[in-house]
Order: sequence, then C-alpha cells, then structure tokens
Amino acid sequence: MTTATSLIYLVSAVLFIVGLKFLSSPSTARRGNGIAAVGMMLAVGWTIVLLWGTFTPAGAAITVAGAAIGTTAGTVGARTVKMTAIPQMVALFNGVGGGAAALVAVSELLKLGGKPPDLLTGLPSIFAIIIGGVSFSGSMIAFAKLQGLMSGTPVTYPGQQVVNIVLTLGWIALAVVLLTVNSSGTVITLLVVLALAVGVGFVLPIGGANMPVVISLLNACTGLAVAASGFVLDNFALIVAGSLVGASGTLLTKLMSDAMGRSLVDVLFGAFGKVQVGDDAGPGMDGRTTRAGSPDDLGTMMTLRE
Amino acid sequence: MNEHSISLLIYFVLAVFIGFEVISKVPTILHTPLMSGTNAIHGIIVIGALLIAVHAQTPVEIVLGFIAMVLATTNVVGGFVVTDRMLELFKGRRPATESKERTTIQAKSERTDRTERGAA
Repeated sequence: MTTATSLIYLVSAVLFIVGLKFLSSPSTARRGNGIAAVGMMLAVGWTIVLLWGTFTPAGAAITVAGAAIGTTAGTVGARTVKMTAIPQMVALFNGVGGGAAALVAVSELLKLGGKPPDLLTGLPSIFAIIIGGVSFSGSMIAFAKLQGLMSGTPVTYPGQQVVNIVLTLGWIALAVVLLTVNSSGTVITLLVVLALAVGVGFVLPIGGANMPVVISLLNACTGLAVAASGFVLDNFALIVAGSLVGASGTLLTKLMSDAMGRSLVDVLFGAFGKVQVGDDAGPGMDGRTTRAGSPDDLGTMMTLRE
Repeated sequence: MNEHSISLLIYFVLAVFIGFEVISKVPTILHTPLMSGTNAIHGIIVIGALLIAVHAQTPVEIVLGFIAMVLATTNVVGGFVVTDRMLELFKGRRPATESKERTTIQAKSERTDRTERGAA
C-alpha cells in the first residue's frame, strides 16, 4: 500500500470509530451515521481512484452494472420499507454483506488454480467463507421469519443436534482437505454449501421474538468475515472496519439479550433438544415481552417523547 | 509469520478492543439503530468486491465479481440509508435551552397538581 492509501484508510477508520461513538448517544446518533458514511465514501472513492485504469473491460462492466443494481436495490429497499419492517430489512442488508465477503474469499482461492493455499491466506479464506455463508443464509431465514414468509415459531425436529454436529464436522474436514490436499472448485463449492446449511440449521430453532438478537449476532459475524477477507486481500481498511463491527456487534448482541432479561445462550440455544410448539420469548404477566431498562434509558425515552 | 502479517494482526486486535469500548454505554433505545449502523460499516466489503472485480477475466471471475459487487453495494447503500431513516425519529429533539425551560414548566405544573390534590 502506498503512503497516501494508508493515510486515507486511516482517516476513514477514525471516522468509523467517531461515527460509532456518536451512534451510541441519542442526540448525536444521526450525525454519527453521517460521519461513518463520509468515512465509507472516502475509503471506497479512493480505492476506485487507485484502481482507475487497471480495470479489465469485463471488470469495468460488472463494476458499473453491479454498483448500479446494488445502489438502486439498497436505496429503494431502505426508502420504501415500512418502519415496522425495518429489522428484517437490516437482516437482509446484513446477509448480502456476509455473502459478498464469502464470494471475495472464494474468488481469491480460485486464483490458486487448485493448489492448497498457504496458512496465512488459507485460514482467513476458510473463515470468511464459513462465517460469511452462515451470516448470509442465517440472515435470509431471519428475514423470512420476521417477514412472515415462514412461521416465526422455533423449528425443531428430533435429531437436530446430531445433524448440526455432522454439518460442523463436515466443514472442518473440508477445510483440512482444502488446506492440505487441493483447493479445487469442487471443494470450495462444497464448503460454501455446507456453510449455507449450517446457517439455516442455526437460525431455524430460534423463535421470531428473539430474531433481533440473532440478527445482531449475524451482523457481528459478517464484520468478522469482512475482517477475514481483509487478511486475504491484505487490506487495512477491511481489517479495521470489519473487526470494529465484529467486536461492537458482539457486545451489542450481549446488551440486547440482557435488555430482554435473558442470557445469550438461552436466546440462541433455548429451543435445542426439545421439540416444542409456541414462541419461546419470555412473556411478561400480560403475555407481552418485557424489557429491562436502566435510569439512563428512562431519561432518554423521556427526553425524546413528543 | 513475517513482520507485515504481524502488523495486520496488531491492527485487528486493537480494533477489536476499540469496538468493544466505543459502544459500551449505549442506551436500549439505540440498540437497533446501532446494529443497523454497524451493519452499514461492514459494507466496506465493497472494497473487497472492487478488488476482485477489477481483474475479472474468466467467466467464473466475472460472475463472482458481479454478484459480489451487487451484494456489497446493496449492503453499504441500504445500510446507511435505512439507519438514517430510523434516526430521523430522533431529529425532533429540542435544543438544550428549550428543553430545560420545558422541564421547569412541567415541574411547576406538577407542583400545582400536587397542591390541588392536597387541597382537595
């Protein structure tokens, strides 16, 4: 990386951190989002400047077409979604990010032409594919549950734990094959398919009321997958932004389950091992879910009430 | 591991600590907007998508690069726009002085309420 690139990525990293800080306080939250967006435009804009003139004809075409489609889909989706449907929209945007991280790693592995990668490229690639794939398919299930495309009740069946364990062992075995024997397209494709299956298996047994916590966890996962692809591509901006999101997303997931008065393990694995009907959210006395709050929360809500 | 990959690892570890620290005092009401905001930030994967799209030549590379570009751009654009929409709800906040005044008036009216109740 040239000095200019490093410095510009550093400025955007600072803008992301300040943006996150501002996002965690009600009076500055909107500005925080704007600051982070400026950091993003800076990093992405500079990368385009840097790559200018090196695009292959096909590369230029897919970049322009892809960016146009993505920008339209993102803007229309975000602008037209009903306020009540925003959580599933966030799930969708998170899932596609995870998918992109996985595809970037796949593309880098394919460049090796079947030779096993060295550990420094191989491990983060596998990590990005697995975590990114889980985040993609998991987010799609979360979206389907919240959107009412499928039942919001936990889906459990006998032998579910066995299936999940087999899936996990399967991808570990594939990862070993990829690192030691060969990294052919077949092995990589199988790895992607398994990652998608693990994501589905992970989110199916979780009830609709717990989805926000799950989406937050998958959001943290996408962050880590992005950081991993940063290691693959040797890119400072991806590593720093991805790990920031991975860490803050993990903490946020814990804060969210705390606010529901439940432990994270209970939220994620509460339905495991029991075949049950009905939603597993902890209902209050009047049948509605309750949230814990601190004096700070109360103060914030009172300030913001109309 | 060479020196370069060690420094990448250092960036990673330090960023993890900053990530934990920077949002540790977020109020419950901001959980969802903050999730959405961090969601937009990992849209930086669009840089990764650009880096693989730029050299795309074989059909597989073209397809992968194209899908990655679409997915990553959707993530980053949709993420920031939807977060901004959520936070529009917060913009109606009054300036500090005005809200102080308001609190004083409320406190007064509450006192009046109590007095009236006491009288009754």
